Amino acid sequence: MSGQSTYTPQSPFMQWLERRLPIASLVHSSFVAYPTPRNLNYWWTFGGILTFMLGVQMVTGIVLAMHYTPHVDYAFNSVEAIMRDVDYGWLLRYLHANGASFFFVAVYAHIARGMYYGSYKEPREVLWILGVILFLLMVVTGFMGYVLPWGQMSFWAATVITNLFSAIPVVGNAIVTWLWGGYAVGNPTLNRFYSLHYLLPFVIAGVVVLHVWALHMVGQNNPTGVEPKTEKDTVAFTPYATVKDAFFVGLFCIVFAWFVFYVPNYLGHTDNYIPANPGQTPTHIVPEWYYLPFYAILRAIPSKLLGVTALAASIVLLAFLPWLDTSRVRSANYRPLYRQFLFVFFLVVIGLGYLGSQPPEGGYVIAARILTFYYFAFLLVILPLLGLFETTKPLPNSISESVLGGGVPAGAPAPADARR
Amino acid sequence: MNTHRGILIACMLAWLSVVGVRPAGAQEAEAPPLQRWSFSGPFGLYDTAQLQRGFKIYREVCSTCHGLKLVAFRNLSDPGGPGFSEAQAATIASGFQVTDGPNDKGEMFQRPGKISDYFPPPFANDQAARAALGGKLPPDMSVLAKARGYERGFPWFIFEAFTDYQEGGPDYIHALLNGYTDPPAGFSLPPGGQYNKYFPGYAIGMPKPLSDGQVEYTDGTPTTVDQYGRDVAAFLMWAAEPTLDARKRLGFQVMMFLIVFTALLYFTKRRVWHAVHHHP
Repeated sequence: MSGQSTYTPQSPFMQWLERRLPIASLVHSSFVAYPTPRNLNYWWTFGGILTFMLGVQMVTGIVLAMHYTPHVDYAFNSVEAIMRDVDYGWLLRYLHANGASFFFVAVYAHIARGMYYGSYKEPREVLWILGVILFLLMVVTGFMGYVLPWGQMSFWAATVITNLFSAIPVVGNAIVTWLWGGYAVGNPTLNRFYSLHYLLPFVIAGVVVLHVWALHMVGQNNPTGVEPKTEKDTVAFTPYATVKDAFFVGLFCIVFAWFVFYVPNYLGHTDNYIPANPGQTPTHIVPEWYYLPFYAILRAIPSKLLGVTALAASIVLLAFLPWLDTSRVRSANYRPLYRQFLFVFFLVVIGLGYLGSQPPEGGYVIAARILTFYYFAFLLVILPLLGLFETTKPLPNSISESVLGGGVPAGAPAPADARR
Repeated sequence: MNTHRGILIACMLAWLSVVGVRPAGAQEAEAPPLQRWSFSGPFGLYDTAQLQRGFKIYREVCSTCHGLKLVAFRNLSDPGGPGFSEAQAATIASGFQVTDGPNDKGEMFQRPGKISDYFPPPFANDQAARAALGGKLPPDMSVLAKARGYERGFPWFIFEAFTDYQEGGPDYIHALLNGYTDPPAGFSLPPGGQYNKYFPGYAIGMPKPLSDGQVEYTDGTPTTVDQYGRDVAAFLMWAAEPTLDARKRLGFQVMMFLIVFTALLYFTKRRVWHAVHHHP
């Protein structure tokens, strides 16, 4: 990779510091001189957006924690006190609650981009696996955060989700009791969820550092999936990527602000404004929208143990994408069949999300089973086979060629190394 | 490209035909009719006079059974609320008896409310409420307008995000107060229940609380159940979301800033990338 350690400190102080702690040159080589492919589209801005959203969640969360009381008798009212009596408390809480949703919007876009452009393929396997770990951490953190307001959905979501562990043979019930800190979801549960909800974002931040480190080792993928070959294929991270990211963060914030200021409760559930009541089960328990596809997979399978296994597998399998996908061509732009199967996969996930919000009865269950079948068939059967049978389109020789035109005429055979 | 789009559409249709399109309702009830609210839309704010009328209904009718424990009397004079003066709020507070104590003798005692007090509960505890009301527990009304709603299902929920629809709660409350009818033939009403076409499951414990002319209005507003329902629903929306006015005002400023800032970023981005695009 070019562009490393071009930083030369100017001021005497920076020269002094550079000999003792070369942090300025580290930042310079990572975020200024770092070469980034010149053909990145806006789907590549979601990494920056995710970093931004993690910051938003941490800042608002730390202030909210100053006013929140993690106790079953006070939690609900302390959240309402934040809404009513804390200066701009309503803003902090709506930013944080909607921020979680937009964090997931961004992460789903980020994952979808990775799948479309084959960003998980050699040599980016570790980068991808770290990403799946980050997603898992986000899922756990978001779930625990949803429990904290201690409304009806908080309580019953906590009950349903922790009960999933009881499906584990032999030790299941013991694990659930251990998770609860008692024989039902109660004050110890709320307390530990609060503690972990505060802890996990810092774990996420730590894994983000590893994720970025891994990214800077292997470099970014790009829409062609062809590695940069010359300096003509790349531009410096700053100003090119920075300003592009900033522009898209701005657009993202406009949509985010629309939800925070004008439809702040749209993504929530009305039942969560009813204080938790262990004696009264809501007629219809649903998780937050970002878990709905996985919830639908869980409920599509009649056996509890198999359902929980499928739920876990639906996320964990993503970590094995680098090996499940046998094609050497990265970008779906050059894989016509994969592209269509992938779009159907995206629609299936959206469909599962809708089904997860519906009661598990009649046609909904049948539909959820069909879509769940496709979800796993895509990952376990279609992906491995496609790489063997698919005829891919010719790849450009380089990024700059694909951007500037010329080079390989249409219909010419692909470079030898792009085909099996 | 066209075949690709064809496949997508075929998949969508196949999915819809399996799933069908119907709203998600755990229990059957009619959809509340949509009302016009002064506080709907990006610029909609509370109507002070309406909130005062709604408060009158709460005080004269609802407060007999329903608490408002998260709202303090001082909130009645907060900006963006019913617009009472601090003196008026203090007078209202003094009309309520509040339990305080313990005093020097270690006893709890009753005293007139102060502006810093919260609305006192109508019953000492849930058990007392149930004992007095034939086993039924009237919900506290502090956040009721956000705790109720109606899911209109696909595709309406998609439009609601963009049309800024956040009035499901007030729509439901207004509908409920106007929804008392005789049960249809063949409907077996459980003992102590009333038939209400907007209540999930149709059988509601609360007897019809309002009738035409029951609460006196001094500003010439019609004294109908329809109007009462609208006014008290607006008041309850304020009780649940007292910062709505501040939120929408700040929201407009933030949106304006973000739009201008993002536009500037866009032009900066174009300027920076110009050389890359045109002088490779």
